[in-house]
Amino acid sequence: MFPKGTKRKFSDSREEPVAGGEDVNQSSLAAVRMLSSYSLQRQSLLDMSLIKLQLCHMLVEPNLCRSVLIANTVRQIQEEMTQDGTWQIMTQALSAANAAAQCSADRLVATEVLCRQTEAAQGEQVPKPFPVVGSEGCPAEEVLEEEEAAAAEVGMTMSTVSPQAPTSYLPGTFGMDPCWEEEETGEDDDDDEEEDSEECGSGSEGEERERDSLVEDTRTAEQVFGTFEIKNPAPSPDPALEELFSDVDASYYDLDTVLTGMQSVPKMGPYDLLESLSSHGPSPLSSSTSCRSDLNELDHIMEIIVGS
Amino acid sequence: MEVVTILLYSLSSPVLSSPLPLSSLLPLPSLFSPYLLSSPLLSSPLLSSSPLLSSPLLSSPLLSSPLLSSPLLSSPLLSPPTSSHLLSSLLSLPPLFSSPLLSSPLLSSPLLSSPLLSSLLPPTSSHLLSSLLPLPPLLSQPKGELDQVGETGESGEYNVYSTFQSHEPDFDYLKSLEIEEKINKIRWLPQQNAAHFLLSTNDKTIKLWKVSERDKQPEGYNLKDEEGRVKDISTVTSLQVPVLRPTDLMVEVRPRRVFSNGHTYHVNSISVNSDGETYLSADDLRINMWHLGITDRSFNIVDIKPANMEELTEVITAAEFHPHHCHLFVYSSSKGSLRLCDMRASALCDRHTKLFEEPEDPGSRSFFSEIVSSVSDVKFSHNGRYLLTRDYLTAKVWDLHMEKGPVETYQVHDYLRTKLCSLYENDCIFDKFECVWNSSDSVIMTGAYNSFFRMFDRETGRGVTLEAWRETSKPRAVLRTRRIYTGGKRRRGDVGVDSLDFTKKILHMAWHPEENIIAIASTNNLYIFQDRVSPDTQGPDLGSDTI
Repeated sequence: MFPKGTKRKFSDSREEPVAGGEDVNQSSLAAVRMLSSYSLQRQSLLDMSLIKLQLCHMLVEPNLCRSVLIANTVRQIQEEMTQDGTWQIMTQALSAANAAAQCSADRLVATEVLCRQTEAAQGEQVPKPFPVVGSEGCPAEEVLEEEEAAAAEVGMTMSTVSPQAPTSYLPGTFGMDPCWEEEETGEDDDDDEEEDSEECGSGSEGEERERDSLVEDTRTAEQVFGTFEIKNPAPSPDPALEELFSDVDASYYDLDTVLTGMQSVPKMGPYDLLESLSSHGPSPLSSSTSCRSDLNELDHIMEIIVGS
Repeated sequence: MEVVTILLYSLSSPVLSSPLPLSSLLPLPSLFSPYLLSSPLLSSPLLSSSPLLSSPLLSSPLLSSPLLSSPLLSSPLLSPPTSSHLLSSLLSLPPLFSSPLLSSPLLSSPLLSSPLLSSLLPPTSSHLLSSLLPLPPLLSQPKGELDQVGETGESGEYNVYSTFQSHEPDFDYLKSLEIEEKINKIRWLPQQNAAHFLLSTNDKTIKLWKVSERDKQPEGYNLKDEEGRVKDISTVTSLQVPVLRPTDLMVEVRPRRVFSNGHTYHVNSISVNSDGETYLSADDLRINMWHLGITDRSFNIVDIKPANMEELTEVITAAEFHPHHCHLFVYSSSKGSLRLCDMRASALCDRHTKLFEEPEDPGSRSFFSEIVSSVSDVKFSHNGRYLLTRDYLTAKVWDLHMEKGPVETYQVHDYLRTKLCSLYENDCIFDKFECVWNSSDSVIMTGAYNSFFRMFDRETGRGVTLEAWRETSKPRAVLRTRRIYTGGKRRRGDVGVDSLDFTKKILHMAWHPEENIIAIASTNNLYIFQDRVSPDTQGPDLGSDTI
């Protein structure tokens, strides 16, 4: 655990002009150490917060005050990381690492901070904590790659969540929306950054981004706090989404309630983007529909959602 | 007048079965509650020796004042017949401040150490009081029960006065979530007659309970026999006057009102208005005002729910009515701000009348600044001029006329400031501590970890740490002050910061509205501390024992 004063030292050491030639190396070394320890601390705090949000599903409604405080902390960290530029670095690293189709930087950014709830009903909680992504990001990338691929796949799947894909999503870019959208435009302009992400499948990627912005903007924190709402004025259901659920017994639930992340029998947490998109009701949820659809099929689904 | 008559009558009645050596009791002032004497509960010989019995303290108005408002202490502790016992077992404590403050722990019972209770006490505080010794232990108290304290035995422990199940576990079918029966808050109503009324709430439903006792029953009717059957008139040869005979004390607790379906979120506070007719209940995003007599209607007076839940960043953490002005109330938020609202301004008090907020110190900002600034409890002072708030590390006193910052700030456990990360990890940073004023608004008190609680004298600004833990303090022993070792010279008995037990937290407590009697809820036990009785034990001011 790091002392509270680390932050100030960090900024102080950064701003401090280099004293003498001899001290240059030492002070810069110290500064680098301070920098990395601070960012490590911040990253671990972010991971911890996400796990906390993920785990607060239960038989009983989670404590709203606690959730709000943790969410605010996450938002604060994200804002800081965005200002520092480490956010960009991290997402680029993630996007570079992920060569699979669903590797849009934005998607990863979103998935990175998304907390996904595994099926609490089965009582299996296998949350994978996010590996610490330092500025280097290299060793972590590989681990992340698997995770993100799995996450992406699971994220794409409209059907039941399986406990084997325990990555977390936080539907919602709480306060991330503004910076997230900035990144979109930023990345669009920046060729270098665009390169990697475009490799991942340009068409689907753009759609994914749009889809993300669509889905997540409209349903972000509604899922987060969705469980606290019995009835939410849900956005008008996209006819494409209806199609997705066509194979599920529509009489079993209301699309609105699905979209608002209303919890049904299996006690999912409120922050379950996937749950909200997938069908509710005991039967679909317990169905063993494979979560690992063909990527092409997922692309197709994405297109439908985006309505292109 | 009638009361006194009955009392005298029952004293001389041969039917009186009380084992009490009633003659040993002091001569009764006319105000003396009859219940005290006739109750068979008065078994302690301590009563006769206690000088307090002759004090006007025991007059019924005092005795019947609702003592405690904390979820733990809702027992009619100080109302007849129990108050006499409370007062009788006292200990001495060196005066901590200018006025002698506390005395020994009247330890509470082993009852509360049953696993069921231990898991329930702090989060639920559903059990008000406990401990008994001669009564048989109350077995398997299910969740949601309220106990009320009874009288003490010779060892200085309390008997349970009454136990009742306040709420049952419920299920919200719409959301498929359980509604726990754990009780979040209990508040007494001002007493208007012989019965006591209290409000108790779980996450969703508030209930009004009536606590009444019966310890006499009339006998000797002319037309009916003992079982109530009508007598054969021919057998009645003489007339008799029915008399009230003392019987075993029977405490009846009945639900009088159930206020349900008023809240979507978890109720965290209830507060009875000074008008005695209305009360407010606050959940995370809304505050409702109810009339005590009307259960199917409530008025929403504050609603901070954003149109888009995505934008939710602040929740309501506590709310309270002003003690004198029935149109004023205050509510605190998770961002550390307090809002005073005047209900005369508008029906919906979303716009505050006054906003109390301390500007953040930019130098001490950390990731946990906001969490640590979240106010866990807010209390008006008895005189209605000040507000006491508790956030994670400090207790602050605000003047209602000054909004830009608190007038006093007390560090409760500043040594935790460097441990915030690990406290965040184990969720202790979300603990909600309560805070209380004393009767004269000169001392404030709040809880901490390791079974410690802190008291601050507002006049001197000094604080003291005390411990509520039966292993370290015997009944009727003087309570000694404790210290956390944070550097410098280490004294014997100092506790290091790393050896603090964070599972032993004191979240709930209450201070008698008129007396220097406090009740502290520790993990499994309820401790009641009292002012020293013997005046000759006034020692020097131990102001040096501050932390």
